[in-house]
Amino acid sequence: MSELQQTALFDLHTGLGAKMVPFAGYAMPVQYPIGVLKEHLHCRTEAGLFDVSHMGQVIIRANSGNVTDAARALEALVPVDVLGLEAGRQRYGFFTNSAGGIEDDLMIANRGDHLLLVVNAACKDADFALMQAGMGDSCTLEMINGRSLLALQGPAAEAAFAQLVPSAAEMRFMDVAVVDWNGVELWVSRSGYTGEDGYEISVPDADAVRFAEALLAIEAVAPIGLGARDSLRLEAGLCLYGNDIDTTTTPIEASLNWAIQKVRRTGGERAGGFPGADRILAELTDGAARKRVGLRPEGRAPMRAGTVLFASETSDTPIGTVTSGGFGPTIEGPMSIGYVAKANATVGTVIYAELRGKRLPATISAMPFTAANFKR
Amino acid sequence: MKFTEEHEWLLAEGDVVIVGITEHAATQLGDLVFVELPEVGTEVSKDDEVVVIESVKAASDILAPLDGEIVEVNEALVDEPTKVNEDATGAGWMFKMKLADMSELDDLLDEDAYKALID
Repeated sequence: MSELQQTALFDLHTGLGAKMVPFAGYAMPVQYPIGVLKEHLHCRTEAGLFDVSHMGQVIIRANSGNVTDAARALEALVPVDVLGLEAGRQRYGFFTNSAGGIEDDLMIANRGDHLLLVVNAACKDADFALMQAGMGDSCTLEMINGRSLLALQGPAAEAAFAQLVPSAAEMRFMDVAVVDWNGVELWVSRSGYTGEDGYEISVPDADAVRFAEALLAIEAVAPIGLGARDSLRLEAGLCLYGNDIDTTTTPIEASLNWAIQKVRRTGGERAGGFPGADRILAELTDGAARKRVGLRPEGRAPMRAGTVLFASETSDTPIGTVTSGGFGPTIEGPMSIGYVAKANATVGTVIYAELRGKRLPATISAMPFTAANFKR
Repeated sequence: MKFTEEHEWLLAEGDVVIVGITEHAATQLGDLVFVELPEVGTEVSKDDEVVVIESVKAASDILAPLDGEIVEVNEALVDEPTKVNEDATGAGWMFKMKLADMSELDDLLDEDAYKALID
């Protein structure tokens, strides 16, 4: 792993007995000694601490000094209402390309006088280049180096974090704030990617180990690796960039219509004006030829990424493919995300997956597979 | 107890052998979430795929360690695959088989040889 980058918490992970694996160019913990299943369940019942420092944190400042100019510039790259995002609030979005595909998905926060983005590790350099090209004239971009990013997730996350920073309890889902912990400046959002309530916390690298240890010292908090992060986000029906969404899937195919606010849609005040708007707005009106759906296989066999889907036990023509799949420890059964033709995408439809030469039934299901537990 | 290079253990019990995967294999695979067992009565040849297991990470096949007939399977694993992680060489056994030639057991690895293999 000599060529892999390490986060500030690398030694903490190995000291906790983590199994480290390469992920997006970083050595990251895939699991700790208790294992993926127990980590997953711990996060759903108590609180889990995740190292997500590999993700990119980018600040956008308008050269005019006015955050609305940064928001306006960013709207040229995302089909999201950024101008309408109030100070202290965050929202999900995605960069689109001219074919309507998704270059990356991200979080956008309005921090009063600038925007803070959190982007995927594997895409961060490309995202930066894309933003530099698309808004470099009016804005100054800064890729944040020297800050770690931790996620604290689960029903006990609020009580745990409030032991260190009492004001964190007052934040609502998708609020962002800068808070002080013993003289250390923390950038906090009340969000995450597990379907649980919780926080994402940006902390200076120099203080990251001490902060993580302070959280881990709280009885309810356990470290959670990438393995459980994947099963948690899958149960929550959330997309993994590179699997469930990529440059060839449009937001409408990906069933992410909800993330495109009215103001950016046809008839809206700032309709279009983002890459691929023609296709994306047309699909919003007319529907897409395929849709991202949830799947609940019958039986216990997981249907993993790449599994081919058919309308019946005997038909020769595939109707789609699984893009993520595995076992859901909370739902105690297998679950998958995949794309199927529009005609087969209705919840309740039974379709068939080809698994080890056999056709096994699965039902199109609503997502999330587990109820979300956000503090709205 | 005997071992294969495919990380299976075999334990003779009268004229049948009990087969499972080693603790080392179970640890490497991670928590099992799915086990598909063969039908009792199936005649198998060495290296036939007899059991499909899936862990939280990936799917793997368990191969028949020797020629013989499947005479019993551990149905309890279907509902509780993690028994394999908890007790790989005990409650996590997978199937019992009647070997075509019991003496072939002698050609498999003993515990020291298996330990040397995984170290």
